[in-house]
Amino acid sequence: METSVLLIIVLPLALAAFNGLMGLFVPAYRKNEWIIGGLGTAAVAIPFVLAVKLFLGFHGEPEVVTYFTWMAAGDLQIEFAYRIDQLSLVMTLIVTGVGALIHLYSIGYMHGDAGYWRFFAFMNLFIFAMLNLVLAENLLVLFLGWEGVGLCSYLLIGFWYTDLKNSAAANKAFIVNRIGDFAFLLALFVIFAVVTEKIDGSFGFDFTTLLAPETLNLFGAGTLLGVVLLFFVGATGKSAQIPLFVWLPDAMAGPTPVSALIHAATMVTSGLYLLARLSPMVLMAPAAMTVIAVVGALTAIMAATIAITQHDIKRVLAYSTVSQLGYMFLAVGVGAYFVAIFHVMTHAFFKACLFLGSGSVIHAMHHVEHELEHKGVLGSNGEPNDDPLKRVELPYEGDFDAQDMRTMGGLRKYMPWTAGTFLVATLAIAGIPPLAGFFSKDEILFKAFELGYNGEMWAYFVWIVGVVTAVLTAIYMTRAYLLTFEGNPRWPDAMDTKPHESPWTMTAPLVVLAALAVVGGFVGLPAVLGGSKIHHFLVHDGRGPVAEPLHELHVSPSIEWGLLFLGLAIASGGVLFAWFVIRWGARGPEADASVKRFFGPLYGTFSRKYSVDQFYQKVIVNPVVNGARLVFAPFDENAVDGAVNGVAKMVQGMALRLRGIQTGVVQHYALAFVLGVAVVLALMLFA
Amino acid sequence: MHLALNWYLSLSAILFVIGVLGVLLRRNAIVIFLSIELMLNAANLALVAFSQTFGDVNGQILVFFVMSVAAAEAAVGLAIIIALFRNRETVNVSEINLFRG
Repeated sequence: METSVLLIIVLPLALAAFNGLMGLFVPAYRKNEWIIGGLGTAAVAIPFVLAVKLFLGFHGEPEVVTYFTWMAAGDLQIEFAYRIDQLSLVMTLIVTGVGALIHLYSIGYMHGDAGYWRFFAFMNLFIFAMLNLVLAENLLVLFLGWEGVGLCSYLLIGFWYTDLKNSAAANKAFIVNRIGDFAFLLALFVIFAVVTEKIDGSFGFDFTTLLAPETLNLFGAGTLLGVVLLFFVGATGKSAQIPLFVWLPDAMAGPTPVSALIHAATMVTSGLYLLARLSPMVLMAPAAMTVIAVVGALTAIMAATIAITQHDIKRVLAYSTVSQLGYMFLAVGVGAYFVAIFHVMTHAFFKACLFLGSGSVIHAMHHVEHELEHKGVLGSNGEPNDDPLKRVELPYEGDFDAQDMRTMGGLRKYMPWTAGTFLVATLAIAGIPPLAGFFSKDEILFKAFELGYNGEMWAYFVWIVGVVTAVLTAIYMTRAYLLTFEGNPRWPDAMDTKPHESPWTMTAPLVVLAALAVVGGFVGLPAVLGGSKIHHFLVHDGRGPVAEPLHELHVSPSIEWGLLFLGLAIASGGVLFAWFVIRWGARGPEADASVKRFFGPLYGTFSRKYSVDQFYQKVIVNPVVNGARLVFAPFDENAVDGAVNGVAKMVQGMALRLRGIQTGVVQHYALAFVLGVAVVLALMLFA
Repeated sequence: MHLALNWYLSLSAILFVIGVLGVLLRRNAIVIFLSIELMLNAANLALVAFSQTFGDVNGQILVFFVMSVAAAEAAVGLAIIIALFRNRETVNVSEINLFRG
């Protein structure tokens, strides 16, 4: 037990260090792609096997493994301890399982990149940090992982750092996350102040103590509300919710496996994990839960409307991720913590599959771009050739973009595996039964409805928003699939330039993830279909790590059946609407015009992403920058630099005047001696 | 015959002041050098006079030390003056002001 946990944690760290140091100091090592990639993948696959073993041997009682005392100061006593329970096991399985598949995929995707070793070192370091986050027994170790994943996210978004755009995206992610982290820290301070004031002895933020009812009752209602809201602000940073979601779409600047692993499947769900872990505490602050549910619902619909207007395939998926994370927060807000974790799991399957599929497509489109450049149709930077004989028209301004869906189309013929898995994942996220997304999304909406049924009228509002978002999700995901894989090819010289399917290291993870997206939902069947296994596992009749509210009124089976069919109807309705009414497949990007007509002036708002970035630029960034320029820069130049330079000038001026006494004539010095002696003598004789 | 100590000390003081003024006022390095020797000898005279008056031989022994150090100093000082003259073609100290700030 102790050894397995230690191995799970340390193996990714050790191989991150090995690949990183070898790559740094032994240039010849960098060419051994199979060794680097193999070790990197093993560093995640072995912990996965160990986690499966732990999972199978788990008996229902949480176990805490303590390794050493991290820090001790006064009342503060932090142990380096990990917790094995239902929640941390589920999260560990997701992180290592999906992580291993994505590492395997990266072996092929990153082939030929100069930073191959760096990539795997960072990825393994990320896994290490993420495992610390989900396995932590106290909030401080969790915070270590929390900051660690933020760092790795920064390193990997800015992986191709020679492009200034990518480093800017990395900075943005890091700085926006900082705001959330600050709120997290404040929450820790408040907890420490309250707990150490009221109880004797040391306190180490460990969940066993913190989440015990005695401890939770120490907090006043107002304090608890504040703490939960601060944790929620922390979660909005990591998990990209309003108002801090702006970094996630830009984070797509990183390599696609990074988007799949960090910015879809694992890191962005850490905010959900935090709230689920603290669910007994969150449950005691109902006002905070209302805020969480409403913010989640608004994020979900906002991101979904943006996603429907985007042309970059990765951006569609990024906004889709924000939207799905909004769903999960909606679930947390209505008290369905286990459903949030269930959706984290199913989302990890189909969203990782979608991202990796888009990576496979981008891989192929890069091949097309190189071939077109080779033929001279495109210039060396992907810009259309000026030569009138070879002139091609791109469907948009600017250079050829391998990620733009307007130049794709018809890829299914060339990449059957990618297309098939992408379609499965698309239907899963759209919520077509019996795929995974249907059950998890339906359970979220059901829980929102149930809360409304029990008298909370605002819950009906978030339920309606959730239903509308579900329709939009089905539409925009089907649009992405159709624009990419169906219809006719739209890239220049499409008759003679053929993309090709990716190597097996890339398609195999796609197939596994698609399979998981098919069967993953069966662990969470609704009550009328036999009951949810994951609910039983995580909640464990009130003894598990995930709490849940008690409802007086139960929704009758007939209504539950009704809601199930409503879910089926909106999902399939959305897909069929996109496929056969708007016909993105046959009409290509022209079909966007129909959507534009439907939404009217709103469409511009969507495609401008609600101008949130511009708003922040205007309201936060510009005042800060201008304030610095108008107030602090002059202060620095005049007051700070002025003081330093003034001292130097004063010394110089004095020296200029004093240098006159250094005549260089020996006799003047001798005179000074004599006068000095005379003065000393006079003092001795007469004073 | 015994002169009073005052006479010796007065002569010593006069010689010393002549030496000091020579160092301060003359420009020729050799003369300055001679003036330094004069000051040393003025001090020697005072030492010998005290020694005789108080019947203590230590003062006379100290004079021998002073004389030997003065001899060494003369050798070094003359060497410096010669080196200076070779470089600057002058022994006028007011023209030698390499240390001017």
